[in-house]
Amino acid sequence: MSAKITPIIELLQKQFSDIDFAPAPLLEMKDKSAEQWCVHVQPSKLFAVMSFLRSDERCSFEQLSDLAGVDYLNFPKAKDRYGIVYSLLSLSKEHRLWVKVFVNDPNPEVPSVVSIWYGATWMEREVWDMFGVRFSDHPDLRRILTWESFEAHPLRKDYPLTGRGEREDFKVITRDSA
Amino acid sequence: MSWIENRFEEGVIVTSLDWAINWGRSNSVWPMTFGLACCAIEMMAAGASRFDLDRFGAGAFRASPRQSDLMIVAGTVTYKMASRLKRLYNQMPEPKFVMAMGACTIGGGPYFKHGYHVVKGVDLVVPVDIYVPGCPPRPEALIEGLMRLQDKIRAQRRTKSVMTKAKEAALA
Repeated sequence: MSAKITPIIELLQKQFSDIDFAPAPLLEMKDKSAEQWCVHVQPSKLFAVMSFLRSDERCSFEQLSDLAGVDYLNFPKAKDRYGIVYSLLSLSKEHRLWVKVFVNDPNPEVPSVVSIWYGATWMEREVWDMFGVRFSDHPDLRRILTWESFEAHPLRKDYPLTGRGEREDFKVITRDSA
Repeated sequence: MSWIENRFEEGVIVTSLDWAINWGRSNSVWPMTFGLACCAIEMMAAGASRFDLDRFGAGAFRASPRQSDLMIVAGTVTYKMASRLKRLYNQMPEPKFVMAMGACTIGGGPYFKHGYHVVKGVDLVVPVDIYVPGCPPRPEALIEGLMRLQDKIRAQRRTKSVMTKAKEAALA
């Protein structure tokens, strides 16, 4: 385990003794000090944990460097359907931590972290657009990449690869019909 | 297209005027600055000194649709962009022309089967006059497309068409 992140995880476990963080490296590496660590949090506890990670002086994760969605449909050994991965970076303390949250159908919803890191606005909109995971208390949860009338969430694994919106489904516009 | 259209029979004055108007229009096709993806790089190269679209009077890339005659749709058109593209097309003054540059604008290109976000051809959004295939097309191909567009403009007639004459005869 990287020497820098060990006290952070211990601190988290002490602060939130009711949560099983299940800390694990993202990748097993020969050089243990290069490993990057990840903790798991329940959606209901996410906001409290994130607030702590941002505001506590020993953690001080000033930057949310990435926020991604994962669809674990048909993924081996996966228990939950959707995962939201938060990649945190502390510029002052020079350490990183990954936080994973899992949600399930029929109403996948996690609390928004926009009030902690404002940069999460567009990233949460993108996860909503692509995976259909709602972020409660998001100030402006609209689609960001696809168009407003689009109804599906195309990065879900059950989105069909073919058969939707093919060229034959539309009429070619000519000068007279324009 | 204009007030003079379909009003006069063929004659020395009208056909000369036709020739003059077509000469002017075909040699000052001002394109709109409208690059969407990698095709735009080739379009810029076509406009720059090595290929020089200005030799054909089409080098004045206008920043406003109000001042342009030709929309070169250079690049992948997504559904989100399609409504904007349609609006820009509607903002252009007549006579206006659209050139579909590259595989994406012709039929969706590499996204024609599996892309959920790409319009499967820009001719589903606006009427297209010239298709320039390629991925992306070389500047020579774009210039070829422009020259074919000039041919198309030069072939325009303002005299009464056969159809109009037949309609008038039927009504009379």
